[in-house]
Amino acid sequence: MSRIQKTFAQLKKEGRKALIPFVTAGDPAPEQTVAIMHALVEAGADILELGVPFSDPMADGPVIQKACERALKKGTTTLDVFQLVTEFRKKDQTTPVVLMGYLNPIEALGYDTFVKAAAMAGIDGVLVVDLPPEEAEEFADLLKGQEMDSVFLLAPTTTLERARKIAAAGSGYLYYVSLKGVTGSATLDIPAVAEKLNEFAGITDLPLAVGFGIRDGQTARALAEVSDGVIVGSALVSQIAELADQPEKIVPRLQEVLGEMRQALDA
Amino acid sequence: MSKYADLLKLPDARGHFGKYGGRFVSETLSFALEQLDEQYRRLSADPDFQAEFDRDLALYVGRPSPLYPAERWSQHLGGAQIWLKREDLNHTGAHKVNNTIGQALLAKYSGKPRVIAETGAGQHGVATATVAARLGLKCQVYMGADDVQRQSPNVYRMKLLGAEVIPVESGSKTLKDAMNEALRDWVTNVDDTFYIIGTVAGPHPYPQLVRDFNAVAGREARRQSLEQIGRLPDALIACVGGGSNALGLFHPFLTDDEVAMYGVEAGGDGLETGRHAAPLNAGRPGVLHGNRTYLMEDAAGQIIETHSISAGLDYPGVGPEHSYLKDIGRVQYEVATDKEVMEAFQDLCYFEGIIPALESSHALAYAKKLAQTMKPDQHLVVNLSGRGDKDIMTVAAMQGISL
Repeated sequence: MSRIQKTFAQLKKEGRKALIPFVTAGDPAPEQTVAIMHALVEAGADILELGVPFSDPMADGPVIQKACERALKKGTTTLDVFQLVTEFRKKDQTTPVVLMGYLNPIEALGYDTFVKAAAMAGIDGVLVVDLPPEEAEEFADLLKGQEMDSVFLLAPTTTLERARKIAAAGSGYLYYVSLKGVTGSATLDIPAVAEKLNEFAGITDLPLAVGFGIRDGQTARALAEVSDGVIVGSALVSQIAELADQPEKIVPRLQEVLGEMRQALDA
Repeated sequence: MSKYADLLKLPDARGHFGKYGGRFVSETLSFALEQLDEQYRRLSADPDFQAEFDRDLALYVGRPSPLYPAERWSQHLGGAQIWLKREDLNHTGAHKVNNTIGQALLAKYSGKPRVIAETGAGQHGVATATVAARLGLKCQVYMGADDVQRQSPNVYRMKLLGAEVIPVESGSKTLKDAMNEALRDWVTNVDDTFYIIGTVAGPHPYPQLVRDFNAVAGREARRQSLEQIGRLPDALIACVGGGSNALGLFHPFLTDDEVAMYGVEAGGDGLETGRHAAPLNAGRPGVLHGNRTYLMEDAAGQIIETHSISAGLDYPGVGPEHSYLKDIGRVQYEVATDKEVMEAFQDLCYFEGIIPALESSHALAYAKKLAQTMKPDQHLVVNLSGRGDKDIMTVAAMQGISL
């Protein structure tokens, strides 16, 4: 059983929902990332999603675009990201880490090299935003060969027929994009999200996590009720942006924001 | 039979040209692209749709465009006879309108009331704003903030045509960033918005349909060559940014094995300086904007900034079909530097009384070189893809003149 499967199984047993924070690796600087990861776990994260910076993050809103720019300005490469996770794993061998990014930096490294290095670093799953299942076969097979999960996206525009194919290709969990838009977009229509999640729950045994547009404990709680977990990205990354010049304040602020979400989820 | 016969079957059902192309998008757009693919398959086989497209090209765009013999320039160069496919004479002044007419028809048939576009030099933005006005569609155009500065006449033209121009401040503030932003808009407004992509790039089926809509220029040029030259030309030359004017000219000739083809990329300050926009000459395959193709990227796979005197070629990628045509050797890809481009630009003004777009001047610059290695009974067809009125400020600045 993979670390991701174990985590969801354990949460299910306890009747709790997964809280999955997202931060971009190397933001505001690579030296901060490992401390931020540990802090998020301490504040109640069940799984960590770590963004691999890319120059042209087409699916992301301005908050995560700027995070990528900050990380790239500090010279963060995909190899650095592996190094950071290796460092994180020295103290934490239980919390799953999922990399989230775009295909081109992976292609630049080569699928084989990427997958082997990711496995060595202790990464549990990979979500490539611009690699839909139709194009993902080779990459997904390589991940599987190293016992890592392929996390795929489902969207409001995904038909049930397509969702079945995506679920068959994916493992670990499925990431439901709660709205038509980019990360960090505006208001969520919670009943609509719930309806779609219910449909998808009927066609897969994989856990369903929801992300995009979750800013506060209340929304997190409402979505957790209709899913297996919530992903929080821009709400955290915007705090990092605000404190980029005062890095010592980042950890306490992130813990405060994520802690509130944890409380709301567990209440 | 042509050794290139299989080229006409591309792309395959999933949008691949060999290993290039494909549909590398986030999940939200998958459904819209499947729908567009299905719609395009249906309409491209529908004689009524084709008739409507042809009628618009004739009555609104003013097709066919002439194949003009640049006799004085050719004589001056003393080599092959150069013929210009006059896409600059199309309504809106460039080849771009062939594609926007086609895509606007698709938008109309899909019932979506709003169109968006990305633009570099502004030609595609103008061509989109134009057809949107004609069909009563709401139109927003994304344009890199730097390009808004250097192509201000086109920005104003789009506004006159009722479009809203949205300057893009992210990244390098040029065409690639405009495309990122247009994709972000589309993912947000996918229900009511048709994205009119301006070149043979993007996710499947865009590279295919943009090529097909532009191929009218190649079909005409082929027919005109037979009529006016009495045979097919020895070579075709076109500039390549994304590469839509080039594929439009080349595609109907692909299986004419005796016709050589040259795509000309933006050499900027020269390939050796790194300041250029020539992914086919100096890049490597990667994935950007929904397709696998040659890209300008660093060792870590980050897209790097490009440089070209012409905003329309200032793009780090290229249409995936070009990548394939390069690999199999059907088309040869060359570069022209900014300096060579300026000389060719001035040549055409001086010898032929035609002010060419700086983009098209890349093709002219290579034609100038190639023609001189050929004989007077040989024939070159150059795609004069756009007119240069929009570039006079840039050219004046290069000459140290303020207007």
